[in-house]
Amino acid sequence: MLSFARKVSIDSWRFTLNKIKKFFIYAGALAILLARSIFWIFASRARKFQILDQMNKIGVSSFPIIFLISLFTGMVLALQSAYQMQKVSAEMYIASLVSLSLTRELGPVLTALIVAGRCGAAITAELGTMRVTEQVEALETLSTDPVEYLVVPRFIALLVMVPLLTICADFFGIVGGYLIGVGKLNISHAMYIKMTYTPLAIKDLVTGLIKSLSFAGIICLVSCFEGLNSEGGAEGVGRATTASVVKSFVLIIVADCFFTALFYFIMR
Amino acid sequence: MIELRNICKSFNGHKVLDDLNLKIETGESMVIIGRSGCGKSVTLKHIIGIMEPDAGSVLVDNINVTKLNGQDLKKFRMNFGMLFQGGALFDSLSVLENVGFQLFEYSDLSLGEIRKRVAECLAMVGLSGIENAKPAELSGGMKKRVALARAICMSPEIILFDEPTTGIDPIMGDVINDLIRRLHDTLKTTSITVTHDMKSAYKIADKIAMLYNKKIIAVGTPDEIKNSDNPVIRQFVTGSAVGPITGY
Repeated sequence: MLSFARKVSIDSWRFTLNKIKKFFIYAGALAILLARSIFWIFASRARKFQILDQMNKIGVSSFPIIFLISLFTGMVLALQSAYQMQKVSAEMYIASLVSLSLTRELGPVLTALIVAGRCGAAITAELGTMRVTEQVEALETLSTDPVEYLVVPRFIALLVMVPLLTICADFFGIVGGYLIGVGKLNISHAMYIKMTYTPLAIKDLVTGLIKSLSFAGIICLVSCFEGLNSEGGAEGVGRATTASVVKSFVLIIVADCFFTALFYFIMR
Repeated sequence: MIELRNICKSFNGHKVLDDLNLKIETGESMVIIGRSGCGKSVTLKHIIGIMEPDAGSVLVDNINVTKLNGQDLKKFRMNFGMLFQGGALFDSLSVLENVGFQLFEYSDLSLGEIRKRVAECLAMVGLSGIENAKPAELSGGMKKRVALARAICMSPEIILFDEPTTGIDPIMGDVINDLIRRLHDTLKTTSITVTHDMKSAYKIADKIAMLYNKKIIAVGTPDEIKNSDNPVIRQFVTGSAVGPITGY
């Protein structure tokens, strides 16, 4: 009985260690991809057309969904906070709560999750299909590094577009809160605007944008890495796409937690 | 001259090539034959440096490919053209951009000059006026020919063909075989073709090498291979189910 318990304990330790080892191998591979991407940003010629094309696919095409989700999130946030605030007659603070929550937290995180689900999956599927149909190998035979040609334009486009989409999400979320606050909760227009901007400091916006930059990096690295390492035909591409979305979501939430704690201790 | 010396390669513990040796003379058309999955394409990918051997070396004009990296490898690959099994045309690019890929990337030619060169290459493979088409709009045979045009666009010294007739009808297959032979003769390139199609091999080859059991077991002219006494070669070239090569 005791030896069985010991065996189970050893197996679970071995399983955990194996998982930790795999995590570090994966993190190392992402770090190498990041280093190669940064190298090629400076070493290769600017591919303006490809970068603009990716900006269009990632940024412009994601705008409608970002608009809708952030608007409704602002509305829900205002309604949910009103549920408690009305009990203590503090409705005017709803505006501050909405604006601070959105700029510091919800705007960057929601935007990143939407972009990871919408564009990260598309990037993985595209690069994965290129991998399994030998197009990535064809690039290599044509003396072109796949990271230089495929990853760098997406990396730059994501680094530019995710923070811009975050600013849009912040704005439309605040508008959503305003519509509920002024339209349904009878807070005056002037009071809502004042209570939105008074507690907001530049650092709130900046910390949100720093987060969104890091999320953009995570989305690009994970989706490109999974795509470029796909194998096993259509099924493999499907698996890689699922893995890309799941891993991006987890890493975004972990990075969010890390940066929130970091800013809390640095800027309090 | 291309020389593969004692090449060993494994994938997930499964040995694909074991102590493989092969010499290909400059200007020669070498065809490597063997069963599906025996490591022919892997051998080809070692020659162009897409894959690294676990042991052994690949020498191309006395340059050790396995030791090359970065810019040297990029420059080295400029001497190669490669036709992939499925064509491997870039879906997002037009035929013009696919065929002229390296010219757009690495030359100072104007768009007009690139268009002219692309039109020349397309004419060589019997296609014209499809520069603006996307790969999705082309048939399998046309894709192979466009890929062939891309492979010869930079006038490479060595051209690699990976299963050039697989997946296309026999008539188009014969058209591709004729094209490969004609391009080899007119461009004076060294050609290495991987195939299991014996009709194709006899038509293209100056020499045929048989890959079996992870090694090159014989090299000879098409006639020598056709009349070989080796039971493995005999079974393969006749396409018989009975013999030393067992199904797996």
